[in-house]
Amino acid sequence: MSEVLHSAPRCASNEGRLAALTKALGKKVVTAKEEHGEIVITVARESLADALRQLRDEHEYQQLMEIAGADYPQRSERFDVVYMLLSLTQNHRLLVKVTAAEQTPVPTVTTLWPNAGWLEREVFDLYGVIFEGNSDLRRILTDYGFEGHPFRKDFPLTGYVELHYSEEEKRVVYAPVKLPQDLRQFDFQSPWEGADYALPGDEKAAAPPPPPPAPPPAAAAPAKKAAAPRKKAPAKPKGDKA
Amino acid sequence: MSLQLEQSPTTGDEVISNYTINFGPQHPAAHGVLRMVLELDGEVIERVDCHVGLLHRGTEKLIEHKTYLQALPYFDRLDYCSPLGMEHSYVLAVEKLLNVAVPLRGQYLRVLFAELTRICNHMLNMGSHVMDVGAMTPNLWLFEIREDCLSFFERASGARMHSAWFRPGGVHQDVPQALLDDMGEWLEHRLPQLYEDALSLVVDNRIFKQRNVDIAKVSKEDALAWGFSGPMIRAAGIPWDLRKSQPYDVYDRVEFDVPVGTNSDCYDRFMVRAEEVRQSARIMKQCLRDMPQGPVASLDRKVSPPKRAEMKQSMEALIHHFKLYTEGFHVPAGEVYVATESPKGEFGVYLVSDGSNKPYRCKIRPTAFSHLQAMDFMCKGHMLPDATAILGAIDVVFGECDR
Repeated sequence: MSEVLHSAPRCASNEGRLAALTKALGKKVVTAKEEHGEIVITVARESLADALRQLRDEHEYQQLMEIAGADYPQRSERFDVVYMLLSLTQNHRLLVKVTAAEQTPVPTVTTLWPNAGWLEREVFDLYGVIFEGNSDLRRILTDYGFEGHPFRKDFPLTGYVELHYSEEEKRVVYAPVKLPQDLRQFDFQSPWEGADYALPGDEKAAAPPPPPPAPPPAAAAPAKKAAAPRKKAPAKPKGDKA
Repeated sequence: MSLQLEQSPTTGDEVISNYTINFGPQHPAAHGVLRMVLELDGEVIERVDCHVGLLHRGTEKLIEHKTYLQALPYFDRLDYCSPLGMEHSYVLAVEKLLNVAVPLRGQYLRVLFAELTRICNHMLNMGSHVMDVGAMTPNLWLFEIREDCLSFFERASGARMHSAWFRPGGVHQDVPQALLDDMGEWLEHRLPQLYEDALSLVVDNRIFKQRNVDIAKVSKEDALAWGFSGPMIRAAGIPWDLRKSQPYDVYDRVEFDVPVGTNSDCYDRFMVRAEEVRQSARIMKQCLRDMPQGPVASLDRKVSPPKRAEMKQSMEALIHHFKLYTEGFHVPAGEVYVATESPKGEFGVYLVSDGSNKPYRCKIRPTAFSHLQAMDFMCKGHMLPDATAILGAIDVVFGECDR
């Protein structure tokens, strides 16, 4: 990491910590990295509870501050579940990550930290990640009877339903979402860097190079022959012109 | 058993079952839209089931569709009682990914206004906490201070509440010297006078103590296990303050004390906040004294826009301005978790960037989530009216809890 210029919270140094933790966790670690001053350890899903227990009991990461979900739909195991651990005694933070698919349950950590209950419910609600062993996996942030998992990348920003008060039924009812105008998604990305669509005209560059200017069919057949007696070739057009 | 239970006068009603009541979502003591299903045994709470999410607006999803700068004002609307405290975590997270330096004056201004936000937030919380347990006057008196704070925000940013004044790289605009002078004057005279006056009505008040002392005691172990932070963990006797232990901006250049509770009850939580206000005032005075002159935002034109005067002269400044307010800046790919000491506790932002001009994922760690979750075990065995005191001492705001 290059020199630190920013003024974000400065906790205890990461020096040597990544190696020590990777060694201690042993086979449970899938990958471990240190980027932007954050230590991120990806552990195998089935050994998550063990790894976190070890971090809590042996490495003094006493508090579970947060569980975040993230969705990467292009991956086979599309979800990341990230556990933010905090050590009050060592004054250090650690990110522990597991991956999960829609059908693969993640072991619960409510046995380690009671506050994991709501945090797991939130990830379940918004992403549909299932936590095995969480006895109270209800929705938490969305409405009663909501369908779908809104924070998945394939869930539209506008949602599928909207609410209004129905004068006939004297209550609030759901209706399919209707937009008077399309949702405006402006894309200001520079077309020369970052935009993921082809600029008008650029499709020509992507298409296979057109065959060399096609010689007339008659000339095409004896092309091999014509290649050798090159001097003769210019003579032919002359003849054509004449 | 010698004591004979009184027979119910009505037939078919022998078994006294637990009584379940609904508290909220529209209840003045719920501090917003909290629905609690309370299971009561007589007037004693047996179980609390908090239903949150009634104010869920999908902020995190909206942020994924906005550029980094457009996402900033959403943070004001999370905890609308301490808007700048929310912005602080976000701008620091973006700066950490960008690794951009903030000029010293910018850092001092941010700390100055973060502390003003803390005072502003505690005025609202302490006032409403006192009102929840029966007193009216202190709330009105504390709101006078809050009104002063809001007018300071207005003079700095143009908005009383949703300032959107902290920006990645610094703050949006410099403040006039007159504002800093007035602030110094206010801190010296008006604030202590109003504040101590209002507190003198409460802190030794018999009724206030009866309603708060020994209510919802939480052990140190429980506070750690439930992920407490901020005044809640300090009241439990753990001296943990992110401003002290993981200093950001210029918190390592100012002196302040971290108040800690001894009894870990609602009264301690109130008193921790009461002392924090005095410490905040102390920090603000030091900021006013030590703040250097100079730029208030990064001079890296790929991150923070040029001044308008510069744009009149320089073509390059004009281009930078245009690009920053249309495309925005690109943030290097990576992920960070940045947490700051908001007035309510640890407010964190887990920011994932894919290298484009929009966040790929922005997870917001609300302070209220862990505290509210602990309502169940904190309320157990207490009386129904204590629930409002416990809730008031937690300091929840649903804009932030439900996001």
